[in-house]
Amino acid sequence: MERYYQKEVECASREEMVALQNERLVAQVKHVWENVPYYRKKMEEKGLTPADIKGIEDLHKLPFLTKDDLRDAYPYGLLGMPLKDCVRIQSTSGTTGKRVVAFYTQHDVDLWEDCCARAIVAAGGTNEDVCQVAYGYGLFTGGPGLNGGSHKVGCLTLPMSSGNTDRQLQFMTDLGATIICCTPSYAEYLAESIHERGLRDQIKLKAGIFGAEAWSEEMRHDIEEKLGIKAYDIYGLTETSGPGVAFECNEQTGMHINEDHFIAEIIDPDTLEVLPEGSQGELVFTSITKEGFPLLRYRTKDITILSREKCSCGRTLVKMKKPMGRSDDMLIVKGVNVFPSQIEAVLLENGYPANYQIVVDRVNHSDTIEVLVEMTPEIFSDSLGKITEMEKNLVSALKAMLGIYAKVRLVDPKTIARSEGKAVRVIDKRKI
Amino acid sequence: MAINQITVFLENKAGALLNVTKLLSENKVDLRAINIAETTDYGLLRLITADNAAAEKVLKEENLIFTETPVLAVAIDDKPGALSNVLEILAKENIDVHYMYSIFGHQNGYAYMIMQLGETDKATALLKANSVVIAEPRDLQIG
Ligand SMILES: [Zn+2]
Repeated sequence: MERYYQKEVECASREEMVALQNERLVAQVKHVWENVPYYRKKMEEKGLTPADIKGIEDLHKLPFLTKDDLRDAYPYGLLGMPLKDCVRIQSTSGTTGKRVVAFYTQHDVDLWEDCCARAIVAAGGTNEDVCQVAYGYGLFTGGPGLNGGSHKVGCLTLPMSSGNTDRQLQFMTDLGATIICCTPSYAEYLAESIHERGLRDQIKLKAGIFGAEAWSEEMRHDIEEKLGIKAYDIYGLTETSGPGVAFECNEQTGMHINEDHFIAEIIDPDTLEVLPEGSQGELVFTSITKEGFPLLRYRTKDITILSREKCSCGRTLVKMKKPMGRSDDMLIVKGVNVFPSQIEAVLLENGYPANYQIVVDRVNHSDTIEVLVEMTPEIFSDSLGKITEMEKNLVSALKAMLGIYAKVRLVDPKTIARSEGKAVRVIDKRKI
Repeated sequence: MAINQITVFLENKAGALLNVTKLLSENKVDLRAINIAETTDYGLLRLITADNAAAEKVLKEENLIFTETPVLAVAIDDKPGALSNVLEILAKENIDVHYMYSIFGHQNGYAYMIMQLGETDKATALLKANSVVIAEPRDLQIG
């Protein structure tokens, strides 16, 4: 029997959801108009007032917000409430230097934690579970979000934060963790360590909730097999709250977006036109319940597809496909679009581990791309011929996928840097 | 009897080889032979040690990747043509020599070559039948 955290919302009819979104959007536009001069100015430039927004059919009229706006308005320009009503910030490092700082009122924290609770229940979590949260705690949203969601579900919560693998494994085995929440790359790392230490029989994990990084279906299968669990995807971004904006159900065919809090649109990133359902394009979110940091039409840069096809889990929330990769991650090398997730898929298909790093550089006015892969006992052998043969096959497979030549370099194990539990996947030396 | 050689993956970084040899000597692991096969990016360091268990413990602690491979320590008489003679015996039976390198110094009046041959058992029988001496681990103080 499928269980839900907030069934009335998660399984609401389309009419009920639209009515709720209309009401909340109208109120949110008014709230922003009155409290966020930065956005009010953008609306005025388009000749808009809150009276022009009568419901979600008018959403497309509103101006967009981008990461550049966040940088321009740093730190308080997009704040929607007096600081005395805010209780928390979370922050993420921007690729362009300045950090994104998002503000939360207690109401915002509660709703965010509800979203995470929905994800945990969808992954089979109940108050009988022991939930190990191995996302980074602190400014990063991963730890605090899932921690709060786990409390709401009533799981025994292990607030481990990221890193310290010995301690992670000790608590996992001693306290019988049944749910693990972390980045997919750290899940892979834990799985490797469990395998190395022969602990597979001593772990009780049944589910994992993995997000904050792009990861492929191959990586999902790999983690599921190594840990004997079902691996659920979770999506979010600091700008809108954190993890839990969308979450996966048992069907594993996309993530249900919490539409009662976030209205999703897909736009053409070049023309900025809203695209019909089923089209691939850039995902745009409008927060309709956030008070402290109420972003309207925020361009996520994530390329994905929305689907309202009926889901076997009973939820009626629209689903988004796993993003192709954030367009922040998207590299343009020799004029070709390269997503790290494509490279990851090729690595796993060719028997390599998912611990990799992409180094892009420019030599003599020409782009170069190098993929660093950690050597593992599985692919190592005494035969130079065998190893170079595998390398050659990998280079061919990468060429077939990307359309350009990528050099492969095998490196020592555990040498690819990890920060906040997130592997550093891309180093673009052209920008340094 | 075959000897187990340890092959270690080493990225081509300054000091990588020194790091391994230093660690082994600090842990009193004597080396009987050493050989490196390399590409531009990495190398395979092949070691014949006096104590594989101790060596592997050290390598594991360093997070290094390694594997064991059976090889033969073939005695080569100290006279012209001795090595060719051995290679000829193998070639006649189509046994490939994947690689070979020599053991430090002379032992028991012989020079020894470490040979990695595809079919270790078949090669052992063949060489012995042709009166070629193959070292036992104890002949090389390995154990
Ligand atoms: Zn579903």
